[in-house]
Amino acid sequence: MEPKVVLVTGASRGIGRAIAAHFGSLGHKVVINYASNAEAAEESAAAVREAGGEAMTISADVGVAAAVDAMFVRIAEEMGPVAILVNNAGITRDDLMLRMKVEQWDDVIATNLRSVYLCSKAALRAMLRAKWGRIISVGSVSGIAGNPGQANYAAAKAGIIGFSKSLAKEVGSRGITVNVVAPGFIETDMTAGLGEEVTASAAANIAVGRLGQPDEIASAVGYLASEDAAYITGQTVVVDGGLAL
Amino acid sequence: MERSAIELKMVDLLVEELGIERDKIAMTSKFEEDLEVDSLGVVELLMALEDNFDVNIPDEEAETITTVSEAVDIVEAKVNA
Repeated sequence: MEPKVVLVTGASRGIGRAIAAHFGSLGHKVVINYASNAEAAEESAAAVREAGGEAMTISADVGVAAAVDAMFVRIAEEMGPVAILVNNAGITRDDLMLRMKVEQWDDVIATNLRSVYLCSKAALRAMLRAKWGRIISVGSVSGIAGNPGQANYAAAKAGIIGFSKSLAKEVGSRGITVNVVAPGFIETDMTAGLGEEVTASAAANIAVGRLGQPDEIASAVGYLASEDAAYITGQTVVVDGGLAL
Repeated sequence: MERSAIELKMVDLLVEELGIERDKIAMTSKFEEDLEVDSLGVVELLMALEDNFDVNIPDEEAETITTVSEAVDIVEAKVNA
């Protein structure tokens, strides 16, 4: 595949960084979107360049329409139209539903789900013109099986699945596939705060007996973006080491 | 810009972007019934019109377009505004 412009949202660390570096290793031009951590975003950009790709960083709150539109305009000017969109940006605001404040709900829905709608809509124009595109969103086993304390996160992640299936049906005839990769427990900052006991107990329920690595999510995303995956759309690929079985 | 120039370009875009046979296209043709353009196709055509004529067609106006000549009307109004 010739070098394409790949936008990865929330790519300053964790799974987003691994995805960005993976596309870099495939020789693509990677745009690293981040919310506020410019230094970390630059480290992700360095990882992309080291792997063999081109990189630029761009700060934007992907839950805000004006910020998303401005971001896409800038990317088109500096690198070209986005051909592969990876909706990875995500936050958690965990709490038992009974105690969950409206802001906790709204913030998670905005950053995790509204962002998917906003970025996909902004990317679609160029993908339709090119009659080729890949929209891959990062879901979660939480959205498939539910998780106590994550009613908001699970709702957003489950929402991504319904959204992706619908969009897949709308644009499939134009060579654009829309899929979801749903990670299980992956070793990143998001799970680092869980503590040894929770992690060990999680591993006991995972068929392969360990947490996953960000690279293992990145390679699934990379596959779905490839020409080989042109007949896969509206799907959710669960990468959880056999947790949600 | 002359209406006839817009009409010519419109037909070209319908042929190139949506793969419609040139001799099927009349100004009175309805996109969905006569030209078998699906709803996504109309959106794609309007995007091509925006890019070609350097105009902006808001969604509310785009939704009213059902025939080729209505699309020409809107482009003509925007281009000559």
